[in-house]
Amino acid sequence: MQEILQYFFSGVTNGAIYAVIAVGFSMLYNSTELINFAHGEFVMLGALCMISLSAGFEMHLVPAFLITMAAVGAAGMLFERLAIRPVRHPQHVVLIIITVGASIFLRGIGMLIWGKDSYTMPPFSAHSPVDVAGAKLLAQSVWILVIVMTLTAGLHLFYRRSLTGKAMTACAVNKKAAWIVGIPTKWMVLLAFGLATAMGAVAGASIAPITMSSYGMGTILGLKGFCAAMLGGLGSLWGAILGGFLLGILEAMGVGFVSSGLKDATAFVLLLAVLYVRPQGIVGSRKVQRF
Amino acid sequence: MCAPRELSVLEKFNGSDSMDSRYRKIVYIVFAVAVVCIGLAVKNAYYLQMLIFIGLNTLLALSLNMLMGYAGQISLGHAAFYGIGAYMTAVLTASYHVPPLLALPAAIGAAMVVAWIVGVPTLRLTGYYLGMGTLGFGMIVHIVLREWSSVTGGASGFVGIPPLAAGPLVIDSEQHYFFLVWAMVLLCIIMCTRIIDSRVGRALRAIHDGEMAAAAVGVNTKKLKLQVFILSAGMAALAGFLYAHLIYFVSPGTFGFLASIRIVTMVVIGGMASIWGSLFGASLLTLLPEWLHAFSEFEMVVYGLILMTVMIFLPRGLTRGVLDLFERWRKTNDR
Repeated sequence: MQEILQYFFSGVTNGAIYAVIAVGFSMLYNSTELINFAHGEFVMLGALCMISLSAGFEMHLVPAFLITMAAVGAAGMLFERLAIRPVRHPQHVVLIIITVGASIFLRGIGMLIWGKDSYTMPPFSAHSPVDVAGAKLLAQSVWILVIVMTLTAGLHLFYRRSLTGKAMTACAVNKKAAWIVGIPTKWMVLLAFGLATAMGAVAGASIAPITMSSYGMGTILGLKGFCAAMLGGLGSLWGAILGGFLLGILEAMGVGFVSSGLKDATAFVLLLAVLYVRPQGIVGSRKVQRF
Repeated sequence: MCAPRELSVLEKFNGSDSMDSRYRKIVYIVFAVAVVCIGLAVKNAYYLQMLIFIGLNTLLALSLNMLMGYAGQISLGHAAFYGIGAYMTAVLTASYHVPPLLALPAAIGAAMVVAWIVGVPTLRLTGYYLGMGTLGFGMIVHIVLREWSSVTGGASGFVGIPPLAAGPLVIDSEQHYFFLVWAMVLLCIIMCTRIIDSRVGRALRAIHDGEMAAAAVGVNTKKLKLQVFILSAGMAALAGFLYAHLIYFVSPGTFGFLASIRIVTMVVIGGMASIWGSLFGASLLTLLPEWLHAFSEFEMVVYGLILMTVMIFLPRGLTRGVLDLFERWRKTNDR
C-alpha cells in the first residue's frame, strides 16, 4: 500500500508536468493544426533559463519564474513569426520538418549558451517531505501540483470568460469564419504560440529542481507530452490535463511493478493503443479523419 | 479526377509516362557506368565510406519515397525497419553463426512480417494520426532494442558482426562494399521505377491524390497500402543488413526518432515522388553534416537553420523548387 502510494506520488508529479506540456501541444494544434516537434525544446529553455536566473544571478524565485515565462513565450512568438507564418502551403510533412529543424536549432542554441553540462537548482522551498501514510511527498511535488492547478484554472477562465480567449476558441473552431467576423486570426495564432511555449517554460522551470537539466532533455519530454495530449484528446484542454496525469501515473506504476527499463515505452504503447481504439482520445469528440 | 494542367519542366523531364523504356535503359547504363568509374577512381577510404553511406541512405530514402511520395502515407518511424534489419542479421550471424547469405532473407523477412502486423491497424489512420502511429511504433522498437540487452547488447550496442561472406567470397574491402551497395541501389531503383510505371504504380498515385476516389474506381486501397508498406520495410531492412556488415557494430542510437526524421527529410528535400530526388536528397543529407563539421559548435544551429529555410522557401524540395524558380524566371523573361 505504502509502495503504491509512493509510486502514485511520483506519477502525479511527472504527470502534472506532462499535462502542462500536453496543454501546449493541444493549444497549438487548435490554432494551427500543427504538431510542434520543437515544443520539448522550449521546455528545456524554460528549465535552463530558470536555473540561470535563480541559481546563477541569484534572483528571487517569483521574478525569475515570470521572466523565464516571458522570455520563452517571446521566443515562441518569434518562432511563429519567422518560421511558421512564412510557409505558404502548410502541408503536414513540411510543417513537421520545419518544427524538427527548429528543435535541432534550439538544441544547438541551448548547447551554445549552457554547454553540455547538466544543471540543477534547490527546490522552491526548503520544507522537508510530507509524510502521507508512510509515503513521502516532496515539497517540490506540492509546488508543481499547485502551479499546474492554478495554471489550468487560469486557462479555463481565460477561454471561457475573456474576450480574447473566446476569440481564440472561435479561431480553433473555424479560422475563416472567425476572420470574417473581425477576429484578427493572425494575432490569435501568434498569441497561441506565445501562450503554449510559455506553458512549456512553466513545465521546465517547475521540474528544474527535481531533475538534471541539460540541452538534450527536451526531445523525450516533448514526445511524452505529445503522447499525453493524444491520450486525452488532441485539442482539448481538460483532455490534455487528464492524459498527462494518466500517463504519469501509469508510467510510475509500470516502473514500480514491471521494469524500469520500459519506463519510456509506456507512453508510446499508450499512444498506439489510443490511436487504434479511440483516435479522438479519451475525452475528444472531434471526428478524426479515418478511412 | 484531376484537371489537365500544364506540365512543368520536371514532369516533362522526369515524368514517367513521357519517358519510353529505351531511354530509361540508357539512363540505367549511364548510372551503372558512372558507379563503376567512381568505384575504380576513388581510392581514399574516407571518400569511399561516404559514398557507401550515400548508397545506404539512398536505399532508405527510396523505400520511404515509395510509401510517402507515391502512396502519400507518411511514416515517422521508418528507422525501425532499418534497425530490425540490422539487428536481425547481427544477432543471427554473430550469436548463432548463421551465414550472412541466409541472414539476409531472414532480416528482410522479419521487417516485412513486422510491417504487416503493424501496418494492418496503423494504415487505417490518415494524415497526422498516421504519422503519430508510426512515430509510436518507431519509438517502441527503439526502446526494445535498447532495453532487451540479453539479445541486442543494450544501449552500448552489439559488437562482433562478421564481414559479408558467401562461401570462399569475402567482401571486406571498402571498394568491394561500395560496388555491392551501389549494385543494390541500382537494383532497387529499377524495381521501384518498374512498380511505379505499372498498373500498381498508377493505383498508388491515385491513392495519393484521393483515397476515396481511388477506391471508387476499384483500387483495393487497404491491400495496396499494406503492400507498399511491407515493400518499403523490406527495402529499409536491406539497408540495415548492409549497414550492420559494413560497420560490424550496431547500437540503438542509430535507429531512433531522429534517424526516422532524417529519412523523411531526405525524401522531402530531394523531392517527393521522385526516384532520382531520393538519390539527391540522400547525398545531400549525408554530406551536409560532414561539411558542417567546419562550424564545430555551431553545427547544430546551422543544420537546423538550413532545414527550416529550405522547407519554408522550397516546400517541394530542392530539385523541384529550383526547377520551379527556373520556370518562373523563364516565364518572366519570355514576356
